[in-house]
Amino acid sequence: MTPELEILAIAVVTAVAAALPGTYLVLRRTAMVSDAISHAILPGIVVAFFLTRDLNSPLLLLAAALTGVLTVVLIEALIRTRLVPEDASIGLVFPALFSIGVILISRGASDVHLDTDAVLLGELAFAPFHRLTVGDADLGPAALWSMGAILVVNAVLILLAWKELKLATVDAGLAALLGFQPLIIHYGLMTMVSVTAVGAFDAVGSILVVALMIAPPATAYLLAERLGPMIGLAAIIAAAGAVLGWAGALALDVSIAGSIATASGLLFAVAFLLAPQRGLVAQAQRRSGQRLDFAVRMLLVHLLHHEETPEVAEECREAGLHRHLGWRESWTRRVVGKAENRALISRRGELVLPTDQGRRLADDAVVGFSE
Amino acid sequence: MDFFSDYTLRVVALGSGVLGAAAGALGSFAYLRRQSLVGDALSHAALPGIALVFLLTGSKAPLPIMIGAALAGWVATVAVRLVVRRSRVPYDSALGMALAVFFGFGLVLLTQIQKRPDAAQAGLESFLFGQAASLLREDVIVMSVLGTACLILLGLLWKEFKLLSFDSEFGDSLGRPMRRLDGIFTLLLVVAVVIGLRTVGVVLMSAMVVAPAAAARQLTNRLAPMVVLAAAIGVFSGVTGAVLSSMVPRLPTGPTIVLVLSTIVVLSLIFAPDRGLLWRWIKLGRLQPAAALDPVLMHLYALAQQHPNEPDHGHRVGVLRTMSPVGADVEQALEDLLNRGLVHGVGDELWAPTPIGRREAERAIEAQTEMSS
Repeated sequence: MTPELEILAIAVVTAVAAALPGTYLVLRRTAMVSDAISHAILPGIVVAFFLTRDLNSPLLLLAAALTGVLTVVLIEALIRTRLVPEDASIGLVFPALFSIGVILISRGASDVHLDTDAVLLGELAFAPFHRLTVGDADLGPAALWSMGAILVVNAVLILLAWKELKLATVDAGLAALLGFQPLIIHYGLMTMVSVTAVGAFDAVGSILVVALMIAPPATAYLLAERLGPMIGLAAIIAAAGAVLGWAGALALDVSIAGSIATASGLLFAVAFLLAPQRGLVAQAQRRSGQRLDFAVRMLLVHLLHHEETPEVAEECREAGLHRHLGWRESWTRRVVGKAENRALISRRGELVLPTDQGRRLADDAVVGFSE
Repeated sequence: MDFFSDYTLRVVALGSGVLGAAAGALGSFAYLRRQSLVGDALSHAALPGIALVFLLTGSKAPLPIMIGAALAGWVATVAVRLVVRRSRVPYDSALGMALAVFFGFGLVLLTQIQKRPDAAQAGLESFLFGQAASLLREDVIVMSVLGTACLILLGLLWKEFKLLSFDSEFGDSLGRPMRRLDGIFTLLLVVAVVIGLRTVGVVLMSAMVVAPAAAARQLTNRLAPMVVLAAAIGVFSGVTGAVLSSMVPRLPTGPTIVLVLSTIVVLSLIFAPDRGLLWRWIKLGRLQPAAALDPVLMHLYALAQQHPNEPDHGHRVGVLRTMSPVGADVEQALEDLLNRGLVHGVGDELWAPTPIGRREAERAIEAQTEMSS
């Protein structure tokens, strides 16, 4: 594999691994926890680095994952005091932990390559240089193996705890009543988020982790109506975002992580505009359809009201309708055309009169009002 | 190092103080409106604005850069509001997404800038992590003007913002332009955040918005004292952080300010009169025996309330079981309560609270209302 393809593979695997727990974060309205965790793991990494003096030690990842869980424990503890609302608790905990990390780095590690930028921004382009070797055999980039393992573990855990996770997400109260432990499920999920964020951060940086955990599931949320399809779609969209971002970064020679985040955002924007049921365009179409439909009924009620009266020649004359209904002429023409198309009215000379079908609809509309 | 003779320190401390005042005062409203994380999103979202201005003008003058940052932050909040209003994506997801996507795009632009041959790009990174030491006199002048303008506007629109924070539906019903006020408030918050980017950086800016408000909230139940306190805490932390970091070598300013702030928050959470954890712990200790009462007794008491004139009206175990969680051992609980003299049997499988049991239940309810108030 060329380095470019290896980067692509790492990006796709990371994106899918992040989208799995991310779906639950979006549904549980705890998306910002991913932001908190991905920042707050910094002091864990720094302390572990001081102890091991080795940037590639697996202990760093372990410490980071533990710090991630600690972040969640601290946030929950703050919320439980009931002195601080949930969003503020998140906003208090992670800057404090991140500050400790930054100060530790600048006091103790300024001689080595442990930059805050590296943690925050990541550099996917360097990921292929760090390889997993057994003896003399080169097994590929280490990040691909670690993220692949995290992906598999995430998928297996979600499948095993499918029912429990679903219930605890949709109705935590019911889950508690039925004897499931929503708290254990919550911390289990948060551990999954921590481990995924930690695994991803040194390849792609903590901000991209946030983009990958939230954007694809949010996009899928606009397209799917059930949990299963939503997770599947989130994974596909995450992979698509990774491929698009990678290609864009390669073409323009810019940050791959930033480009993938941008691509994921663009995919969301497209779904936000064009989603078949929930997109802005579909919403606008539905609204204008409803408006036209309502106008047709108004027209029919007007015609029904006047067709048997002496004023019929004036009130039902096509050219005068817009005045009687208080509509613009062009709109009136559209409404009349629509009603004619649906065989609700027929023309007699200059007059427009409702058909039997039109009368029934107008009757329905009036009865509907009076009820 | 002497505060009054060291010019750089004075500039840095003044800048940090202005930032603390503006972010603390405006943050109070954000805190009360449950929008504490908006500051975080705004500061991240400002990055592409900063980068774009630099790409277009090639200058790092504070005012254009701040305008670019503010515009990008503003666009992000508009996007968040649009997404929340027109789709079912929840607020926190929309916020997190705006934060990460805008920041990612900013990163793309930054790497684009880094390809340019001119060395003028150096220093743009200081926006990411903050570099208070690099603040210049002209930076602080711009910051002070903007910060003062924010505070004056806040004072002028005080009543409106109060309405917005506590009962925006009521404001709507009065015919006040609440949507526009929300927009103005967000704009002020954007300006406060932008002021702080150079000093504390993107990541830590959220603490400048949340922490002073959280600490002040513990100390008072009224809005005006809270806003003033938050601004004062912001100024104190800003100046203290700047001074501390100038006295201790290799102690970055932004994180130091945040740690000072965090310490104040922890202290106020513990020691706040009448509300703090210590206070509550003392109260709880006093009320502990009553509060720990068995839920079965509480259910029985609730049932007995239905028959105020028949103190010995009995209730079935089955009824109590339906009121209790699945798997709870109701019989065992009843036996314990019987041994403690709190309930008694009044016929075949029928139970009622004793007078002592009733009194205990009343005490427990009292304790609970006192604690939650």
